[in-house]
Amino acid sequence: MSILIENLTKKFGTFTAVDQLSLTVNDGELLALLGPSGCGKTTLLRMIAGLENPDQGTIKFHENENQVTENRIGFVFQHYALFRHMTVFENVAFGLKVKPRSIRPSKEAIRSKVFDLLKMVQLDWAVNRLPSELSGGQRQRVALARALAIEPKVLLLDEPFGALDAKVRKELRRWLRHLHDELKITSVFVTHDQEEALEVSDRIVIMNQGKILQQGTPEEVYAHPANPFVFNFLGNVNLFHGRIENGEANQVGFVRPHDISIEVTPNGLDRFEAVVDRVFSIGNLTRVELKLTESGRFVDSEISKETFDKLQIKTGDKVFIKLNKIKVFQADQNQPEYSI
Amino acid sequence: MFGLKKSFSVHKGFGLTLGITLFYLGLMLIIPLSTLFFKTFSLTWESFWATVTDERVMKAYQVSFGTAFLAAGVNLIFGTLIAWVLVRYQFFGKRILDALIDFPFALPTAVAGICLTTLFAGSGWVGHYLELAGIQVVFTQWGIVIALIFITLPFSVRSIQPVLEDLNPEVEEAAISLGANRWQLFSRIIVPELLPAAFAGFTLSFARALGEYGSVVFISGNLPFKTEIAPLLIVTKLEQYDYTGATSIAVVLLIFSFITLIILNSLQSLNRTWKSRN
Repeated sequence: MSILIENLTKKFGTFTAVDQLSLTVNDGELLALLGPSGCGKTTLLRMIAGLENPDQGTIKFHENENQVTENRIGFVFQHYALFRHMTVFENVAFGLKVKPRSIRPSKEAIRSKVFDLLKMVQLDWAVNRLPSELSGGQRQRVALARALAIEPKVLLLDEPFGALDAKVRKELRRWLRHLHDELKITSVFVTHDQEEALEVSDRIVIMNQGKILQQGTPEEVYAHPANPFVFNFLGNVNLFHGRIENGEANQVGFVRPHDISIEVTPNGLDRFEAVVDRVFSIGNLTRVELKLTESGRFVDSEISKETFDKLQIKTGDKVFIKLNKIKVFQADQNQPEYSI
Repeated sequence: MFGLKKSFSVHKGFGLTLGITLFYLGLMLIIPLSTLFFKTFSLTWESFWATVTDERVMKAYQVSFGTAFLAAGVNLIFGTLIAWVLVRYQFFGKRILDALIDFPFALPTAVAGICLTTLFAGSGWVGHYLELAGIQVVFTQWGIVIALIFITLPFSVRSIQPVLEDLNPEVEEAAISLGANRWQLFSRIIVPELLPAAFAGFTLSFARALGEYGSVVFISGNLPFKTEIAPLLIVTKLEQYDYTGATSIAVVLLIFSFITLIILNSLQSLNRTWKSRN
C-alpha cells in the first residue's frame, strides 16, 4: 500500500507542528522520518495512523492504484504501550480477539497465529510471561508482534528503539531491516538518530519545523545534503567561515571530520597550519582535535589508527591539515550557527 | 554474611522506624482496641453469645451490612464516573468540584445528617417531590443508604482518581489501533487497570459506612428491627450502662471490619505489584 499525503497542516494552539507538508510513501518501502525533537515527525506519523486529525490537507491510501478507505495500520510506540495486565500471548492476540464475531478467527487459528508471530520475534518461550517480566528490547518485540498480528498494510513505528540501550538498539535495528525485507510491509519509522535512519531505511525524509527539508536514499542525502541543516544533522561537521576563492562574501564551508587529513609537512598550498589539541581513539578510528593557528578555531579530524600511528604526532605538535571535500553554503542560509 | 548485610544495608533506619511504628500503633490502636476485648471477655461465652445473637442485634447487623454494602456499591459506580470526569475532561470550575469531593471528610457527620434529613423529609426540597411520587426516604433504610453514600463518596473517588491519572494514553491508543471499539477498550483495557483501585475504594467505603453513626441517626429514625444500625445499638447500650453488651456488639462489628480491611489491603498490594512491575 502506498500513502499519499498532500498539504498536511496541524497546529497545537499557536504552534504549527506540521506545515503544509506533502509526501508520498511508496508501496513496500521502509521510510525514515528524521529530525530533531519537536520537528513534527511524530505528529505526522500519528496523523497517518489516524490518532490525530489534521487541520488541513489529506492522507490517502492506495492499493494497486486504487484508493482505499478501509486500511489496517499497525502502530508501534516508543514506550511499547503493552497491556500490562495481559500476558505476552494475550497482548499479541488482542487485535484478533477484538475483531467482530463474523470475521474473527477461531480460537485455534488465533493460537497458532500468535505462536507463529512470537516465533518470528524469537519470544515463543515467553508466551505466558507478563510484560513486566521482560526486558525493554523483548517488550518492543512483543509490541511489534502485536502490531503485526492484524496483518497491517502499513506499519508505523514511533521512535521504536528510542528507549533502549545502544547495544540492543543496534541489534533490533538490524532485525527490523531483515523483518521488513521478509514481509515487505510499507513502513514508516520516526527517529532522531541519523545513524539509525541511514542504516535501516530505504529512504530518508529529513524534517525541521514541520516541513520537509530533503528526501532521498541514505546515500543521496548523506553525499548531497541540500542545505546546512541537513549537512549538520546527518553527522559531525566542521565549519570554515570566510571568503572562499571566488570572492563572494559570507560563505561557510562544511567539512566532515573524515574529510580532513593531517600532514606533518605541507604537501601543497591549500594547507592550514594547526596545533594538535587532543587525541583519542575508539577502535580503529582516531579523532584528532586541532586548533587552527590563523583563526584560533577548533576543527575535528577523523583518521584511521594506522594513519595516525604513521604520522607519529602528539598533543602540542604543529601539523598541516588538508580539506579533501568541502561543501559551501551561503552564510545567510545558515540560520543560526551550528555547533560542531 | 550477616555483618556485611547489616553494614551495607540501604534500609539503615529499620530497627528505629519499626520500633516507633510498633510503639505508635500500640499506643493509638492496639491498646484501645484490646480494652474492648478485655471488657467483653468479662462476660461468659453464653451471655456474650446471647447478646450478639439477640434478634434486635442481628437485625441491626443486617441493616448495617446491607446499607453499607449498597452505599459502597453505588459509590463504586458513581465514584468511578466522577473520577473519570475529573481526570479526563477540562471544564470550567473543575478545581472547585475536585475540592468539593473531600467535603464529606471535613463536615461534622451530624451536620451532614441534619442537612440530608431536612432535604429528604416530606417538607424538604427533594423529599416533597419524592413524597408526591410515593417514595419515602427519611425513616427508611433508603435514608441510611443516602447518608452513607454522602459520607463515603470521597473514598471511592480518591481511590480511583490517581490510577486513572496514571493510565498511559498510549495504551488506549494501542488498543484502538488494533481495532478495539469503545466498549472493548473500556471493558478489556480500562476496567482491568482500574479494578484493584475500584475494589480498594469499595472496601474502604464499606468499612467506613459500617462504623458510621452521626449522619445516620438523624435520617433513619432508629426504628428497632427496621432502621436501627449496629453502632446505634452500641450507643443505646452505653446509655443504659450496659458496657459489656455494648463492647460485645462492637467486637463483632470490629471483627467483620477487620476482615474487610484485610481484603482491602491485599487488593491494594495487588495493585501496587502491577505498578512496580511496570
